[in-house]
Amino acid sequence: MKKLILIALVATIGVSAKAQNPRYVAAMEKNTPMADTARDGEHLQSLANNFERIAGAEKSEWLPLYYAAYCYAKMTYTTKGNTIDTYCDKADVFIKKADSLNPNNSEIYTLKAMIASARISVNPMTRGQKYGTESAELRDKAKELDPTNPRPYYLEGTAYFYTPPMFGGGKDKAKPAFEKAMKLFETFKPASSIAPNWGKDATAYFLKKCDEK
Amino acid sequence: MMKHITTLLLLILLGTQGIVAQTKISGKITDQKKQGIPGVNILVKDTYDGGTTDVNGNYSFTASDTGMVTLVATMVGFDPIEKKIRLTGKDIAYSPVMKESVNELNVVTISAGTIEASDEKRTTVLKPLDIVTTASAQGDIVGALKTLPGAQQVGESEGLFVRGGTGTETKTIIDGMVVNNPFFSSVPDIATRGRFSPFLFKGTVFSTGGYSAQYGQGMSSVLALETQDLPDRTSSTVAISTVGVGVGHNHLWKDKGMSAGFDLNYTNLVPYFSLVKQVPEYTRAPQFSGGSLNFRKKTSASGILKFYGYFNTSDLGIKTFDIDSTDGFKKLFELNNLNIYTNLTYKERLGEKYVLNIGASYSTNIDKIKTISDTIRSQSDLTQGRVVLSRGVGKLSIIRVGAEYQYAFDGFKIDSRVNPYYVYHNTTNIYDNYVAGFAESDIYLTHKLVLRLGVRAENSTLLKKAVIAPRTSIAYKLGQYSQVSFAYGEFYQKPDRDYLFYPQIPGYNKATHYILNVQRVDDYHTLRAEIYFKKYDNLTSTLSDTTNSGKGYAQGLDVFWRDKKSIKGVDYWISYTYLDTKRQWLNYPKEVMPPFAATHTATLVFKKFFTKLNLSTGLTYSYATGRPYYNPNNPNFMGDRTIEFNTIGVNAAYLRQIGNCFAVLAVSVGNVIGNQQVYSYNYSYDGMRREAVGPPAKRFFFIGLFLSFGQDRSKEVIDNNN
Repeated sequence: MKKLILIALVATIGVSAKAQNPRYVAAMEKNTPMADTARDGEHLQSLANNFERIAGAEKSEWLPLYYAAYCYAKMTYTTKGNTIDTYCDKADVFIKKADSLNPNNSEIYTLKAMIASARISVNPMTRGQKYGTESAELRDKAKELDPTNPRPYYLEGTAYFYTPPMFGGGKDKAKPAFEKAMKLFETFKPASSIAPNWGKDATAYFLKKCDEK
Repeated sequence: MMKHITTLLLLILLGTQGIVAQTKISGKITDQKKQGIPGVNILVKDTYDGGTTDVNGNYSFTASDTGMVTLVATMVGFDPIEKKIRLTGKDIAYSPVMKESVNELNVVTISAGTIEASDEKRTTVLKPLDIVTTASAQGDIVGALKTLPGAQQVGESEGLFVRGGTGTETKTIIDGMVVNNPFFSSVPDIATRGRFSPFLFKGTVFSTGGYSAQYGQGMSSVLALETQDLPDRTSSTVAISTVGVGVGHNHLWKDKGMSAGFDLNYTNLVPYFSLVKQVPEYTRAPQFSGGSLNFRKKTSASGILKFYGYFNTSDLGIKTFDIDSTDGFKKLFELNNLNIYTNLTYKERLGEKYVLNIGASYSTNIDKIKTISDTIRSQSDLTQGRVVLSRGVGKLSIIRVGAEYQYAFDGFKIDSRVNPYYVYHNTTNIYDNYVAGFAESDIYLTHKLVLRLGVRAENSTLLKKAVIAPRTSIAYKLGQYSQVSFAYGEFYQKPDRDYLFYPQIPGYNKATHYILNVQRVDDYHTLRAEIYFKKYDNLTSTLSDTTNSGKGYAQGLDVFWRDKKSIKGVDYWISYTYLDTKRQWLNYPKEVMPPFAATHTATLVFKKFFTKLNLSTGLTYSYATGRPYYNPNNPNFMGDRTIEFNTIGVNAAYLRQIGNCFAVLAVSVGNVIGNQQVYSYNYSYDGMRREAVGPPAKRFFFIGLFLSFGQDRSKEVIDNNN
């Protein structure tokens, strides 16, 4: 009988522990598609909050942290000036935590590069040098960690796209990077239903833009 | 029995999973002004349960836990709050007030008398790049600062003339170390440029008065420059211009922990002068050659060691019309200069709270001057050391204590041919041991109110006197963007170098400042207004003997407006300076407005970037009312005024990336309209003849090509339209 109690105990606890996973996955699955499509600041903020809560409950998971950082990085596009820095600071906190849970991950380095680029827009003339270099280095590291990841190439494309030709940017330079990203997107398989899988539509959009005169 | 227990146990175990007590939690989250905060993340700690506040700050969610839990509310820009709460299934209303968190943007800073250019700080009036892109500046730091309120448009001698003060009343400081000769040695009536490239510095603090006890020996102002840390990458530069050539290289080691670099430049004005006629006749072509070395090393995660060494030699000779000669005789003035400046600094964090700064510097400046009758050798050496220890107190407050030691040698040797048969020789050497100590604390009473109390003690063995200079300021944040501040301080300065060679050396000159500043700075606009009163005491007087019986005052209003937004693609600023100043010093028989002061000064700086054309353009318009000059025929001393000063400078830069080479083609023209400029007049002894003192040429032209290699700027500059 004692044995039975023990089995019952172990079984129930075991089930509880395992039961978290579907819940976690479900919660993530509910939010990750929106993280990719959301553009408006309010929506992104509420998504960021959702991911922050999931991260708080699932302390060993890096993805909720990654997505929270991703949402804040995207929020920088909805604002101007010093607020961009405030969002970047917040994104940095999340991505650093994610990095410590999952070091040397290509997606995390990609997002770090995205945050660094976002900081440039506060004052491109004075910040270009510092954060531009930083972003490029992080991108390169992301490519090195996973050569099949299309997102660092997508980011590289946007960096060229928004850089005036006088500084060596422009559509002509952006296009090959977007093309490379698109090629990788064709074969890219996310590791799971909740693993990062954003950027394909945006790449297609920019590729079209590159061909516009 | 056992069976019962088992069933019970199973029931309990299953029960906790199956039966969920739902508690509804709702409320409104507001800031300290009772405004709802949207976007707040409110949750039960370590669970999935929570919600986000709506536009009005309202929220509602259900929590599935029971018992004691922690409610957490977080939001960017606010301090997070936590509250222990018992969940029982009964609805809970929770409407907390969140406090705005303290950050660089909402903490008050002391702004009275201080104009800062920095990339690191988010709320500064200027960025270091502004210094290079200001049309009238021609790449000179002081040239750019002259477009700011408080500075005078003095063209006949170098330096920053601030609020009724002379150029020597502004001290230049690099990484805490005094620079004795920040400008190239000059010939009479022609101003020279600053020695140091603006690209060396990551931060510039231009104080127009009331500055910190950390600095001394500048009665009007300090210009504190902070050198760059490690560069972002290895790069080489080449510069070719209408005045000379330069090369440089900066190497960054792979671990990014160390860098070393050099630059060499040679300037020769002969080709330029052959094209653009100059007023003075040059007997020896102006030539400058020099360079610099730098070394930077991270000694730990928080420690950095920096060395900067500068050397330059210059040579030139001019002949100018001798006003006292009736037969067209010309005066000769030949100048040969050697300047070396070195600076070694070390900064390290000690534990959690302390920061240590140590610095040492040696510099020497040797001028060899030759006129028809005189041969002069003038040397200034300065050896100095400095230690500053800062300690953070609480989140914001800080205490600094520091000490400085300077050993100065000044030598003056003259051989003067008084007549064909007699040469007068004289050599005077003077030495000074100057010691200063200071203590200062920035006490934040709240993040909106800061009080700075400081005191500086100085002792000079040459002047045989110690002085104590109190400094204090207070600043209060009025709103998100605006603040008001007040500064008071006493400032002592050794008499100008020339008077140190007198048999009877006058003592310290003294100025007392009172400054009231109001400013509003947001992301795109800056508006600042400052009124001040400055009292001068113990100024050097040479009327009978060299004494300290001079005195004076300066008072006025400075206004600055910068707007980066209203006109698309345009960044402009306007400075206005009203100055009322009089002084009795040197040989002045009475208190008068000095020749380096204009009542009204205004500057407009305009910058526009044409993205499609790869072109950056700028324009600076400067205006000043006439300045006093001495006319021996006017019984009213300094009663005459020069004509108004009007000048327009323009610049343009074409930027282009070619492979890994980034090229900038820059063109600039000074006084493009070519109107007449009179700084002052020189009179003959008998007062019968006079000559206007003005710029050596009507207009100034500059064309330069700057190439930097190893920098793929394409990865750097993202367009504003992003």
